[in-house]
Amino acid sequence: MIEFQAVTKRYDDGTVAVDNLDLTIADGGITVLVGPSGCGKTTSLRMINRMVEATSGTILLDGQDVHAQRPATLRRGIGYVIQNAGLFPHRTVLDNVATVPMLLGAKKAAARERATELLATVGLPAELAKRYPAQLSGGQQQRVGVARALAADPPVLLMDEPFSAVDPVVRDDLQDELLRLQSELGKTIVFVTHDIDEAIKIGDKVAVMRVGGRLAQYDTPAALLANPVDDFVAAFVGRDRGYRALGFLSAHGVEVAPLATVALGSPVEAARAKLDSGWAAVVDEAGKPLGWVSAAGLSTMEGSVQAADLVSGGSLYVADTGGRTGSLRAALDAALSSPAALGVAVDSAGAVVGSVSAEAVLAALADARKAGEVPS
Amino acid sequence: MSWLADNFQRLAEVSLDHLGLAMVPVSVGLLISLPLGWLASRWRLARRILVPVTGILYAIPSLALFVIMPLVLGTQILDPVNVQAVLTIYTVSLLVRAIADTLDAVPESVLAAASAMGYRQAGRFFAVQLPLAVPVLVAGLRVAAVMNMSLVAVGQLIGVGGLGIFLIDGVQRSNYASIIAGIVAIVVLALLVDRLLAILGWALTPWTRGSRR
Repeated sequence: MIEFQAVTKRYDDGTVAVDNLDLTIADGGITVLVGPSGCGKTTSLRMINRMVEATSGTILLDGQDVHAQRPATLRRGIGYVIQNAGLFPHRTVLDNVATVPMLLGAKKAAARERATELLATVGLPAELAKRYPAQLSGGQQQRVGVARALAADPPVLLMDEPFSAVDPVVRDDLQDELLRLQSELGKTIVFVTHDIDEAIKIGDKVAVMRVGGRLAQYDTPAALLANPVDDFVAAFVGRDRGYRALGFLSAHGVEVAPLATVALGSPVEAARAKLDSGWAAVVDEAGKPLGWVSAAGLSTMEGSVQAADLVSGGSLYVADTGGRTGSLRAALDAALSSPAALGVAVDSAGAVVGSVSAEAVLAALADARKAGEVPS
Repeated sequence: MSWLADNFQRLAEVSLDHLGLAMVPVSVGLLISLPLGWLASRWRLARRILVPVTGILYAIPSLALFVIMPLVLGTQILDPVNVQAVLTIYTVSLLVRAIADTLDAVPESVLAAASAMGYRQAGRFFAVQLPLAVPVLVAGLRVAAVMNMSLVAVGQLIGVGGLGIFLIDGVQRSNYASIIAGIVAIVVLALLVDRLLAILGWALTPWTRGSRR
């Protein structure tokens, strides 16, 4: 557990970066510090491992004042991932990852063996081990940065805007990878970002900070979206927050209705007979959705239904009867993005199991509200 | 050609002497420049003093320094240390700014990461900053080595000049073979040392070569 007790950071020129911060960070979760630039989020993070010294107040790490420990010793027990990875350009990927074990006195061979394991853990192929950082892509460098931070198996991981310098697609991958890693490792992670979407995606708890180093709200992502404490937080959380909040509600209560389906290659006449309200989903042999046909579309086709004639479909909603169900947001988006106004529900293997309508999603939301499942 | 055959033994011996006169200052100069360059990169005030002061030394003519060195050091006129001290000053003059600049050029994220990994100040310097400075260091050393190689000969004006003796003798006796042999030997030595330093630099910096992504 990490506790900030009345922590203030004031620079010599009088600027207050962090103002009387009280914050308790629980073990085993991802806590995100988020806010606009100048809100003191990075300063707060760096006070934990004393890369920045607090002017007043106390920071406890597992009940121990970080000030009672020598900085270098303290830091070797805390993983740190920095923006742009900050890899050592003159060391191979393997030796970068082996840095902290070596500093802690591990033999070179043992440290490299551990580093090799970690490359696999963060999803990097072993043949990258001998390369130098400049020979890697930005996303790969950032994964090496995460592996390096994990090398000594520290219980606490500090991440300072680690994914902000990579392109959005890679960033999304890295976020998913972090969540996967965290589900295996269960570290106490403090993560700094200026991107509220990133905060809401990966945070178990999110601390929104405002300029001047004041804590504005500290809550779960769902509560933050549902109930921002003031205008600043509401504005920072951004547009569509009602819609985005649906992402935190399971769609298990949404009715999955039967869906008219047509196998690819069926005769046009047979397909026409199956239409429901003028539309039918077209599936392959495995039952996976390929697109839609409409009454209007079929009237111009001859012979059989071909892939080239289909209307492309919307997003898919995973309605796995085996337990993991998509969110209300996924269900609603499937319905709204479908040309037939019916979202295609699939099982975890991707085969069609039925349809969801926007009305069904809203009905389920109303039920969830009545049952008190919606945070307010 | 007969002159060369008669004097080859001596030419070889003096070349070795010349090498020592030129390269000892390069090594000593490096050892002095590293802490000075580090100070200059660490504190703005140190930089404001060290970089201009060491830089201006380069503007003092070598002959003047050669002449006053025995007075400054209290050495004998013919002591080779006089020449080596002067060349050390020039080497420091060349290296301090380069070292300060290259230490400054290490990316902030790399330094912050090193501190966050738990390197202390000194460990960070030797494990991260110094290796990254090697390309610039080697470039500076190559310039200093070649420069010293030719400046040693000027030392002959105060009686200690390695291969310079062949130039002065040759001029006084109108012996062109001696002059040419002296010049060729100096140039060959300079090229040799330059090449060796380049190879050393190449061997020390595997990260600067190889395929980029």
